[in-house]
Amino acid sequence: MERKIRILLAKPGLDGHDRGIKVIASAFRDAGFEVIYTGLRQTPEMIVEAAIQEDVDAIGMSILSGAHMTLFPRVLQLLREKGADHVLLLGGGIIPKEDVEKLEKMGVGKLFTPGTTTTEAIEYLKKAVSERRKEEKIL
Amino acid sequence: MNVLDRFYKGDKIALSKLISYVENQSTGYRKLLAQIYPKAGRAYRVGMTGPPGAGKSTIVDKLTSLLTKEKKRVGIIAVDPTSPFTGGALLGDRIRMQDLTTRDGVFIRSMATRGSYGGLATSTKEVCLVLDAFGKDWILIETVGVGQVELDVVNACDTTIVVFVPESGDSIQAMKAGLMEIADIFVVNKSDREGAKRVISELDMILDIRRKKGEWECPIVSTEALNNKGIDLLLAKIFEHKKFISENGVLEQHRKNQIKGDLKRIIELKVKELLDEKILNSFDIDQIAERVYKGEDDPYSAGERVLNKVNLGK
Repeated sequence: MERKIRILLAKPGLDGHDRGIKVIASAFRDAGFEVIYTGLRQTPEMIVEAAIQEDVDAIGMSILSGAHMTLFPRVLQLLREKGADHVLLLGGGIIPKEDVEKLEKMGVGKLFTPGTTTTEAIEYLKKAVSERRKEEKIL
Repeated sequence: MNVLDRFYKGDKIALSKLISYVENQSTGYRKLLAQIYPKAGRAYRVGMTGPPGAGKSTIVDKLTSLLTKEKKRVGIIAVDPTSPFTGGALLGDRIRMQDLTTRDGVFIRSMATRGSYGGLATSTKEVCLVLDAFGKDWILIETVGVGQVELDVVNACDTTIVVFVPESGDSIQAMKAGLMEIADIFVVNKSDREGAKRVISELDMILDIRRKKGEWECPIVSTEALNNKGIDLLLAKIFEHKKFISENGVLEQHRKNQIKGDLKRIIELKVKELLDEKILNSFDIDQIAERVYKGEDDPYSAGERVLNKVNLGK
């Protein structure tokens, strides 16, 4: 059976604007991905734990509250601590350019800001996932 | 250390990887399942089914909370549909289980149906086996929102719960066959809504006709899952059912029947794989179709000839 791209989508923190992430979720679903949508008010701990349980290729976080410089680094840190840094972290929202650069340098895969088309995000994800996946010895 | 060794040591990431491996039916997955099979068989499996929006996820959430208070390790498999058009899926059952994500001993896995139409995903039973072998005491399986005939869940669990809401009332008559027959316990959720009492009494009447002396009497539990009402009673009924079927041999027979079904399924899948491969490699299907179209051959005789030439044993 073909291995599907699995992505966890979440909104961390208290920001309740979920229209954007729902648009992305639908677009990813229509692109043939398996989207695990966990909804609003997630803590970084919940996001990383859910990503582990779901064995996702990537986590997508939508942040429009301005808390991105806290939340993205924290999720990256937790992924490393739990040995799950094979999971690609990406995100979207209202994020100033200089912060985008800083976060991408820290290890965030890509941040999509207003104006991005869903096709761009889909193409990026397909490429990034196929590059990152590696075969592990099971038995 | 390979993934299986880490799995045996209780590593959650390894568990998750093995589930994917089995779910994707990656090369050698049968060997893996054969290896862990002896470790499984200890978990008690509860299936939760019912129409979309009946509250299955919320009930699973609350039940699991009660089970973890008793220090039980719980695995949850939540199934949502795959689009037959795009192959994609939106898996949203975790939204109702937020508090469980980081709870000790709880592991939740969302599965997309991936072409299966029985209410479960193609590999739900196998994933159940992996969770069982990992050491989960209880496994709760939540189906997609079902209509009347998606009944695979019976073959994957020990106790089956069918969840209705007061609005299901009018259709209960129509549900007499299928969904109505598989329940060990009925739940009428959102029972604070209008019509709940009527639905319960209608259900009770239907069940009453069916009841036989000495057999399990399927109870109806009224719940308001969101407000955590009635869940303790539901759990008590699950324990009662578990005790009942364990003591009078029903569970043993049920599991043996499941093994028979599994065997059949495993063999069929393997035969299908072999057949596809052999037929694709050694016969020109297009040419046969062409001949049939021209009236030089018929598909029944051609099918017979193809099958006779295929050697499945090798």
